[in-house]
Amino acid sequence: MIQASPRLDSKCPTGPIAERWDKHRFDLKLVNPANKRKFDIIVVGTGLAGASAAASLAELGYDVKAFCIQDSPRRAHSIAAQGGINAAKNYPNDGDSVYRLFYDTVKGGDFRARESNVHRLAEVSNSIIDQCVAQGVPFARDYGGLLDNRSFGGAQVSRTFYARGQTGQQLLLGAYGALMRQVGSGKVQMFPRREMLDVVVVDGVARGIVVKNLVTGEYERHAAHAVLLCTGGYGNAFYLSTNAKACNVTAAWRAHKRGAFFANPCFTQIHPTCIPVAGDHQSKLTLMSESLRNDGRVWVPRKDGDRRPASEIPESERDYYLERRYPSFGNLVPRDVASRAAKERCDAGYGVGASGQAVFLDFLDAIERDGEDAIRAKYGNLFQMYEKITDENPYRTPMRIYPAVHYTMGGLWVDYNLESTIPGLFVLGEANFSDHGANRLGASALMQGLADGYFVAPYTVGGHLAGRALPEVDTENPAFREAELACRERTDRLLAVNGRRTADSIHRDLGLAMWNHCGMARNESGLKTALERIRELRVEFWENVRVPGDGEHLNQALEHAGRVADFLEFAELLAADALDRSESCGGHFREESQTEEGEALRDDKNFCHVSAWEWNGLDEPSTLHQEPLDFEHVKLTQRSYK
Amino acid sequence: MSDESSGMHLTLEIWRQDDADDRGRMETYHLDDVSPDMSFLEMLDVLNEQLISGGREPVAFDHDCREGICGACSLVIDGKAHGADAETTVCQLHMRRFKDGDTIHVEPWRANAFPVVRDLVVDRSAFDRIIARGGYVSVGTGSAPDANAIPVPKDRAESSFEAAACIGCGACVAACPNASAMLFVAAKIAHLSHLPQGAPERDRRVLAMVDQMDREGFGNCTNHFECGAACPKGIEVETIARMNREFLSAALRER
Ligand SMILES: Cc1cc2nc3c(=O)[nH]c(=O)nc-3n(C[C@H](O)[C@H](O)[C@H](O)COP(=O)(O)OP(=O)(O)OC[C@H]3O[C@@H](n4cnc5c(N)ncnc54)[C@H](O)[C@@H]3O)c2cc1C
Ligand code: FES
Repeated sequence: MIQASPRLDSKCPTGPIAERWDKHRFDLKLVNPANKRKFDIIVVGTGLAGASAAASLAELGYDVKAFCIQDSPRRAHSIAAQGGINAAKNYPNDGDSVYRLFYDTVKGGDFRARESNVHRLAEVSNSIIDQCVAQGVPFARDYGGLLDNRSFGGAQVSRTFYARGQTGQQLLLGAYGALMRQVGSGKVQMFPRREMLDVVVVDGVARGIVVKNLVTGEYERHAAHAVLLCTGGYGNAFYLSTNAKACNVTAAWRAHKRGAFFANPCFTQIHPTCIPVAGDHQSKLTLMSESLRNDGRVWVPRKDGDRRPASEIPESERDYYLERRYPSFGNLVPRDVASRAAKERCDAGYGVGASGQAVFLDFLDAIERDGEDAIRAKYGNLFQMYEKITDENPYRTPMRIYPAVHYTMGGLWVDYNLESTIPGLFVLGEANFSDHGANRLGASALMQGLADGYFVAPYTVGGHLAGRALPEVDTENPAFREAELACRERTDRLLAVNGRRTADSIHRDLGLAMWNHCGMARNESGLKTALERIRELRVEFWENVRVPGDGEHLNQALEHAGRVADFLEFAELLAADALDRSESCGGHFREESQTEEGEALRDDKNFCHVSAWEWNGLDEPSTLHQEPLDFEHVKLTQRSYK
Repeated sequence: MSDESSGMHLTLEIWRQDDADDRGRMETYHLDDVSPDMSFLEMLDVLNEQLISGGREPVAFDHDCREGICGACSLVIDGKAHGADAETTVCQLHMRRFKDGDTIHVEPWRANAFPVVRDLVVDRSAFDRIIARGGYVSVGTGSAPDANAIPVPKDRAESSFEAAACIGCGACVAACPNASAMLFVAAKIAHLSHLPQGAPERDRRVLAMVDQMDREGFGNCTNHFECGAACPKGIEVETIARMNREFLSAALRER
C-alpha cells in the first residue's frame, strides 16, 4: 500500500485545475521591486532551463551568477535537440487545446506525473512560443508567413513547432541571447568552465555552491539567497547515450547527498530512432529525430535472418510491425512503445544490418509522394548527419536505427514551486522529475525546460525570497569551508589512487551493466546482478583508477573521473529504484508485469506514487518516501495506442 | 563494422602546450588499429586511453555533442580548420577519410583573440562578449505578442535560419589569414536583420557588435574568403557584404 510521506509536501494548489496556477501565483508573496537587487541568485547550468531562468530573473532585477561547464553558455546540451517543441496553440485548427496537451502528457507519461504540474506546463506552453518568436527564433513557416507545425509521437494533433532539425539550437540561441543581454547590462555574471561540486546548506537553507574552475583548478565559493540547479539529465550513467559527453549527474548527486531527495531515478527514456552502435570504439550515439517517424516507415523483413539489402526485399516480404500492431497510431506510437517493439523484433531474430541489432526506417514512400526536395527541406541536416556517420545515403537506402538511452524523466524531487527538499534549492529542466511521469512525449522537454525557466521559477523563487527570513551569509561561513574541504579531499583521493585502469574504461563497463540489466527490459534477477556489478565496479574504481596530471591545470581526465565516480554511486540508486518498482509503466518495463500482448502493465494499487529517495550515506540503504498521485481529471486507464 | 586487424597505422603530430604561458611544441605519437568507422575524436580517445594507461597526460581538446551542433570541437587538421571535408565539423569527420600510413597534423585554432588554454583547447570568450553587445532582440520575458501576430515571409524566415545555423565554433577565424571574425558577426547580424523582430535596434546592434569585434583584436577582412570554405554550416561569404551594408547605413544614420 502507498503511504504518503510527511516529508513530501507537493504544495499543489487545489480547486479547478485550470485556475490552480493563477491562484497559486496570487498566493505567492512578492518581492518589492526596490528590494530585488538586494538578492543574489545562483543559476547552475545554461541550457534552456538555466539560460531562460537566469535571463528572466535578471530582468526582474535580481543579481544573478550563472555557471556552466562548457567554454560558452551557448554550448549546453540543449543545443543538440532536433525535432521540435510542443504548444497548445491549435494553429492548424485540428482540435488541440491546453486541456488536450495536458491530457496527452499525463497519459503519455503513463500516469506517473502530477496533474497540477502538467496542467501548468500546458497552460504556459503558448507563451513560450510567443516569447521565442519575439526573440527571433526562426521557426518553420508556411507560404502565408505563419508558423508551421508537425506531429510527434503520442499525439494525434500537430502541435510541434520546429526549426528544421535544429530546434534546440535555435531555442537555446534565443535564450542565450536573452542571457547575454543581461550579461551586457551587468545583471548576470557569467562563469563558464566551472563545475559545481557541492551545494552549501546553512541553517537548513541552500545558501551557495562550491565550484572548481576547470582552467586553473581553483575552488571558488559563491554565496546567494537562492540556488537553481539546471544541470540536465543523467543518461550518461549508461555510458552510451544520445547525450553530449559532458552531461553528468554530479551536480544533482552532490545536492542529493546534502539532503535533496532523488525521485524516480529508474524512469529513463530509451529513444527508438538512433544510429546503431558501430564498434567498440563507439563514444556516444546519435539520435535521428522522432519527427522522422512522420514520414518514415519502420519495418523489418518477414523472414528471420533475412540479410538481403532492403532494396531486394519485396513489399510482400516486409513487416511494418508498428503499423501492424498499432493501427491507430502506427509509426507515431510513443517512444517507449516503439523502442520495445524494435527490441522484440531484433530479439526474435528479425533485426537487420551486420549486428542484427537494427530495424529499417524507410523514406522511399514519402520521397515518391512528396519529392526528394520536400524531404530534404524538412530533414536535410538529419540525413546529412546520418550519411556522415554511416557512409550510406538515406535518400536511396532506408536508415538503420536502433533504440538508445536518450532522456531521464527521473531527477531531483521538487514540489509545485520547483523547490527540492532543501529549502532555497530549486531544480529546473531535465534535472528535476516533475512533469513527464514514466515516459516523456517527444518535443516536451524543450517545452518544460523553457516553462520552468521563463514562466515558473521567476515567480516561485520570489515566493521563497519574500517568504523566508534569510540572514546574511558569506563565504567564510564554516559550512562553505567544510564543503570546499570535502571537494578538495575527493580530488586528492582521485589523483592518489594511481592504479591501472582509465576512468573511461570503467565507465564503459558500468554502461554495459546498466544497458544489459537496467535497459529496455528489466527483471528482478537482472537488477540484482546489476546492483552487485555496480558495487564491484565502484570498489574497483577507487582501488584501481588512474588519473594522470594534477588539479592545478585544465585536466579533462580528472573532470571525467569525478563524474564517473558519481555515476557509480548514483547507478546503484537507479537500479534499486527499478528493483523496488515491480510494476511496468512507461519507459520502465518489468518483464514480470506485462499484458498478454506484451504491453506494459501498471500496478496502480501499489505504485501510483512518486518514489523519492533519501540518502543515508555510502553503503547504507536509502530511505524510500512515497508521494501518492491523484488523478481527478485524466482517468487512470491502461494506455492503448492500438 | 570493420575487422580490427584491418585497422590503419597512423602517425600523429599533435600540438602540446601546458597552459597559456607555455611556449608549446609538436609531439609525435603512433597509433595502430584505427578503424575507418571511428570518428576523428574517437581516434583521439583511443590515443588518450593509451596515454593515460601509460601514466601520461592525455591531449586536451574541446568537444561535447559530437554531432556537429554545439560548436565545441575546434581542431586544425593538416592545416585546415575542421579538416578537409566540406561542411563538416571535426567531430563528424570519420577516419575512412584517411589511409593506412598517413601522418596527420593536429593543431588548435590560431588567433590572437583566441589564446590557447591547453594543448588544443582555446579561449573563445571573445565571441560571447560580441554577442553581449547586441546579438539579441531586446524582449523581456512576458512581453511578447502572439506568435502569429508578426507574419514573416517564408523565404525571409529561411534566409534568417540559414544564418542562424552558425554554431559559434570559430573555424572562420581560424581559417582566415587575418584571423578576422567577420563571418561570425555577419551571421548573427543576418539572422536578425532578415526578420521584422528587433528592427528598432538594428543600427545599434551592428555598430556595437562591430565595435566589440574590433576591440577583441580580430583582424580585418581582406576578401580571402577562407572563412566560407571552412564554415561547417555552409554560411555564405555574401553574408559579410550584407553586414557591411548594414554597418554603413547605420553609421550614416548615426552621424
Ligand atoms: C540528441 C537530443 C535531441 C533532443 N531533441 C529534443 C526535441 O526535439 N524536443 C524536446 O523537447 N527535447 C529534446 N531533447 C531533450 C532536451 O534537449 C533536453 O531534455 C533539454 O534540452 C535539457 O535542457 P536543460 O536545460 O535541462 O539541461 P542541459 O541543456 O543539459 O544543460 C545543462 C547545463 O548544466 C551545466 N552543468 C551540468 N552539470 C554541471 C555542473 N556540475 N556544474 C556546472 N554546470 C553544470 C551544463 O554546462 C549545461 O549548461 C533531445 C535530447 C537529445 C540528447
Ligand atoms: S563536438 Fe559539438 S560540434 Fe563537434
